[in-house]
Amino acid sequence: MTGRQLVGDAQNTWCPGCGNFTIQHTLKNVLAEMEQEGTRLEDVVLVSGIGCHAKIADYLNINSFYAIHGRAIPVASGIKLANRDLNVICCVGDGDVYAEGLDHLIFAAKRNIGITVIVHNNRVYGLTTGQYTPTSPHGFKGKSTPMGTVEYPLNPLELMLASGATYIARGYTKKMDLLKTLMRGAIDHRGFAFIDVLQICATFMNLTDYYNARTYELPVYDRSDALLACEKIRTWDYNSDAPIALGLFYQREALTFDEQFQTRALPGTERQLLIRKFLATRQ
Amino acid sequence: MVKDLSILVGGKAGDGINSAGAVIAQLLNQLGYYTYIYFDYPSLIRGGHNFAIIRGSESPVAVHTTTADFVIALSQDTIAQHTMRFTETTLTIVNSDVVKGEGVGISIKEVLKAENAPLIMGNSAMIGAFARAAGIPWDTVKKVFFTHIPKGTEINLRVARRAFDQVTTVHPIEPAGSRRLSLISGNEAIGLGLVAGELSAYVSYPMTPSSSILHFLAENAERFGITVVHPENEIAVILMALGLSYAGKRVAVGTSGGGFCLMTEGVSLAGMAEIPVVLVVSQRTGPSTGLPTYTAQSDLHFILHAGQGEFPRFVVAPGDAGEAYYWSAVAMDVAWRYQIPAFILADKTLSEGTFSLDLAELPELLPGDLVYWDKTPPYLRYADTRSGVSPLAFPGTSGAVVKVNSYAHDESGITTEEAGAVTQMTRKRMRKAGLLAEAMEPYPTVTADGPSSAGTALVCWGSVQGACREVARELGLRVIRPVVLCPFPELQMTRSLQGVRRLIAVEENATGQLAALLRLHGITVDARVLHYDGRPFTPDLLKDRLREVIA
Repeated sequence: MTGRQLVGDAQNTWCPGCGNFTIQHTLKNVLAEMEQEGTRLEDVVLVSGIGCHAKIADYLNINSFYAIHGRAIPVASGIKLANRDLNVICCVGDGDVYAEGLDHLIFAAKRNIGITVIVHNNRVYGLTTGQYTPTSPHGFKGKSTPMGTVEYPLNPLELMLASGATYIARGYTKKMDLLKTLMRGAIDHRGFAFIDVLQICATFMNLTDYYNARTYELPVYDRSDALLACEKIRTWDYNSDAPIALGLFYQREALTFDEQFQTRALPGTERQLLIRKFLATRQ
Repeated sequence: MVKDLSILVGGKAGDGINSAGAVIAQLLNQLGYYTYIYFDYPSLIRGGHNFAIIRGSESPVAVHTTTADFVIALSQDTIAQHTMRFTETTLTIVNSDVVKGEGVGISIKEVLKAENAPLIMGNSAMIGAFARAAGIPWDTVKKVFFTHIPKGTEINLRVARRAFDQVTTVHPIEPAGSRRLSLISGNEAIGLGLVAGELSAYVSYPMTPSSSILHFLAENAERFGITVVHPENEIAVILMALGLSYAGKRVAVGTSGGGFCLMTEGVSLAGMAEIPVVLVVSQRTGPSTGLPTYTAQSDLHFILHAGQGEFPRFVVAPGDAGEAYYWSAVAMDVAWRYQIPAFILADKTLSEGTFSLDLAELPELLPGDLVYWDKTPPYLRYADTRSGVSPLAFPGTSGAVVKVNSYAHDESGITTEEAGAVTQMTRKRMRKAGLLAEAMEPYPTVTADGPSSAGTALVCWGSVQGACREVARELGLRVIRPVVLCPFPELQMTRSLQGVRRLIAVEENATGQLAALLRLHGITVDARVLHYDGRPFTPDLLKDRLREVIA
């Protein structure tokens, strides 16, 4: 199947101006480009959690596993373990992956399993109509925190560096070319790749002007230098009004979890024989 | 008189009681006995009191007895905590260094010193002494040590021989025939059954009493060509399993009640997304952390109903290792044929008990054919077929877009909230439940023992069958046991219950969960005998308790 219509017929229900359109459009372009270069789209699987971001599983006409809240990553890990030839891409939300499913994100990075994680980080719960997430700024007034949050946000890039991720990047939906480069780099990366995508929520968290005024692209440096990467990652803590760096912060090569899990399958008849052989040792 | 005997071996955790039990069971196996081992241990690593009760019988056994013919004591507790096990003829063999009392005494310290052997080999001295006291030929001991003690065989044998020579035969055990069966634990039987059911991946987070399936399959992953993964928690376990299954791997997970609590959202996802998965849940005493190393049958309703919403599932509760093997293979087949979650509901008694397994005694495995996509585009993951089962395709298949979804979805797997489509897909899923119930008819979903003339029947499920059958044999009762609990085998139960005037439920829980399930299907029990201290029913205990309800 080639030249596939990548956006299907499902009716799109994202709000007008939603950052998800950009992420979908960019991912679609990346996939189309990969297909032109010879990748079979049948070998691509999209896994999503639950939230506004996750509707991308309905909209993109590719294999998909529309999972449950917070659990896209273990599903994706299972798919990759089952079939290493598949390109497994997780589209997840910030509430989804930084709150409900944070453990899985940390462990996927720790294992360096060969999947790509794209976080649609709008720093607010959209589909449940406006509560704070782990990356909402301090004092955020949401429906569950009408007086403002008393917690500070976490810096997911710093967390990923500490957890062992081998590709760590930040994109922004208004910088599509850069986002495309980062996505392609993440998919091509051998190992666990992570992109936090700053995405505006047109209804509950429209930070377009804020991000436009502060974002800049990272300068050239040795991307495999973890200390340097950490320094760059810490220049913005998702709370202060500091300049916000975009681009690839860190990348290194390492053995992946999936490539170390190679088991040779056995036909049924051979198994019966092996079972009998095993039982004979217990006689 | 049926040849039947029981041996208690006890000591501190770290004394090698479990392995001593396994070796003694093998000695009985070599003498032609069916054997069963009950292993009792507290939740600690060193110290405490561990004991194993090894039963040997001319007929199949799946339960230990209260009294013992031999007591092998490596600690004083083995005498002090087991006064109820002694009869007038019980022969006691003690480690005279630490145990006061009558019987055959062996100084482990002296034996080990003479052979320059490490402390850990003390159990071999006791086995040697037991073998001589029980009149077991030295050649038999030698054979068992060579086959079943791969490490330090020679020195263990020297230790055993020294003790063997210090004792005389007191209470000889007669050989019981020429059969030599394979001794395996219930959990090993489950693992082997899954492999026979073409398991390709096992995912699990450790939790007693399910952990030994994980250990067994991990140790034998290469041998059987399977992938074994131990992820961060049980939520990851079930979701990782669903990912593997979606991509075409036959997968199973294992846990106990507490871990299963974390899996329920994944089970519901499997139901909605129609993803095959096998779940082994081995019960222990609850609620909550409860008694980690003791048994219970208190999660039946939890397993029958776990997960939000309604979807078909398969639940089977094997009663011994043979059934565990057979039904684990069937569960794999059923999960894939109907694209549903299939449960193997075990308990500590089954999981960690050791049984004599004879594959030749089991029904033949007859896996059904799976329906795959015929390559006519477009591929619809949830094609609404007459049976309700949609043809399978996996990601990577040319021309197929394989979309699975936790939301209500249409035939292609795209989310829908449209009333008609929701009704249609719900009916499609529920049709599979009807189909599964019909398909189960030829399977041994209910077992029935005892004379059909008997008007009183015990009804039980799972490992309690071992005690029920022995007591029923003695008292002339029937035992009726649903092995498959969902879909409920109504026809086979009705057939088995013909002529029963008084029905007594025997369960290891405090509320009578099987009795409640029977009631839902129009079967009323007349009395319930419930036991819930974490220790399995022995025939003696059950007989006592039945006196309360049988005049």
